[in-house]
Amino acid sequence: MKLLSPHLLGIEPLTPDEITLILDTAVGFSSIATREIKKVPTLRGKTVVNFFVEPSTRTRSSFELAEKRLSADSLNFSTSTSSLVKGETLLDTLRNLEAMAPDFIVIRHGEAGAPHFLAKHGRTPIINAGDGAHEHPTQALLDAFTIRQHKGALSGLKVAIVGDILHSRVARSNVHLLVKMGAEVVLCGPPTLLPAGGKTLGAAVTHRMDAAIEGADVVMMLRIQLERMSGGFFPTLREYAAFYGLNADRLKRAAKDAIVMHPGPINRGVEIMGDVADGEASVILDQVTNGVAVRMAVLYLLAGGDRDAVAQER
Amino acid sequence: MSTTARVRVLDAASIERSLTRIAHEILERNRTSSALGLVGVQTRGVPLARRLAAKLAAIDGTAPPVGRLDINLYRDDLSRIADHPVLRETAIPFDVDGSTVVLVDDVLFTGRTVRAALDALMDLGRPRRIQLAVLVDRGHRELPVKADFVGKNLPTAPTELVEVRLQETDGADEVLIVKAEGGADAREEHRA
Repeated sequence: MKLLSPHLLGIEPLTPDEITLILDTAVGFSSIATREIKKVPTLRGKTVVNFFVEPSTRTRSSFELAEKRLSADSLNFSTSTSSLVKGETLLDTLRNLEAMAPDFIVIRHGEAGAPHFLAKHGRTPIINAGDGAHEHPTQALLDAFTIRQHKGALSGLKVAIVGDILHSRVARSNVHLLVKMGAEVVLCGPPTLLPAGGKTLGAAVTHRMDAAIEGADVVMMLRIQLERMSGGFFPTLREYAAFYGLNADRLKRAAKDAIVMHPGPINRGVEIMGDVADGEASVILDQVTNGVAVRMAVLYLLAGGDRDAVAQER
Repeated sequence: MSTTARVRVLDAASIERSLTRIAHEILERNRTSSALGLVGVQTRGVPLARRLAAKLAAIDGTAPPVGRLDINLYRDDLSRIADHPVLRETAIPFDVDGSTVVLVDDVLFTGRTVRAALDALMDLGRPRRIQLAVLVDRGHRELPVKADFVGKNLPTAPTELVEVRLQETDGADEVLIVKAEGGADAREEHRA
């Protein structure tokens, strides 16, 4: 069994078997973090370009750590150091990056479809580290890994995803993954922050938070992405917190052993209250830890693909 | 089209005798099993290590701890293969630092698996000494590796395959030589 594509562009094209393969492989990598020598020689001699056109701290750090733990050489480009700010096109940037013969390009871009564009025009395996409001596949995979770690399986669980669904690539990737793997997903947020036209990808939708988290095994809170909001999507942050913020009282409606997740960074007091974020049900820091193992698994599995496959996909 | 012929070279009783002899040799070399740790290379090295530990306990009265080692992240041929092997668990229930580790595997062939296992072990600590026990040594070494304890030396052709089947993993105890007429060099198949 191997991944069918030489790229990881999103969760949408993955089969349940591929998702299971990545999650199973990540189990083997998670123990490396507990060793004294947190490094294996698997990708020695490979070069990974981390091309982050959109600001990111935790995803980039997580990828970089995953690469270092696999003994790969990392090269970081960010918005300020990229020639994109000097007017270079994305295609020219890709050609220049490829001239340095990397083995992978990890890209985060503010525009949806940028990783797909690079995959179509380049000859290097591309890993999507977040493209606009489209997909964030490794985040969904690490979320699934964390859920599986605490719940044993994904199938049959009720997962409530609450917050700014409209702007969230994390929510989109998670819905794709969880629905494929047999979980029941409920999306919840104010009408202005939910996708229009019923495009909910197989998830149920509600505007009432109490109904969304009733009996939920997993409560996944999303950050209010003020930087992506051009207009007034809700009256005030205080009102949003009152209707859609997760507090200890509200969490009692969820299943007794429910876990609370958040892709970070969290807005304390807005979408999640401090005592819940730091409480027993919170697995937020587990998500961060697991992110490294999952990204190691993705790099390891993609390293098994051959360059002919990249050429054939173009 | 190639045809295959399978010849049984060890049966359950021969495997049992070989392991008993190896257990005695381990004790002779190390005097006691109390300072030992056995580490089986995934997959079939693990049940072999467990059987050796049981035999050491029966002879010496002390059962050494048994660990499991996955060497796939240390292979030197990952870039050559398109389908990466599934990772299995690495779990060593004793302190590798300063201990005498007996590495246990089913077949010693090119020596590349042992090299990977040594690297993997060294990343987990600094053993005082590492010894190697294998059920079958089939020759054709590509690296300067020699086993300390060998169940059976089995001269083979490079085109032949050695198949070790164990009760715990395959439902039977036997070692077979699989001769593929017109088959490729098994060293290449071993890597793929």
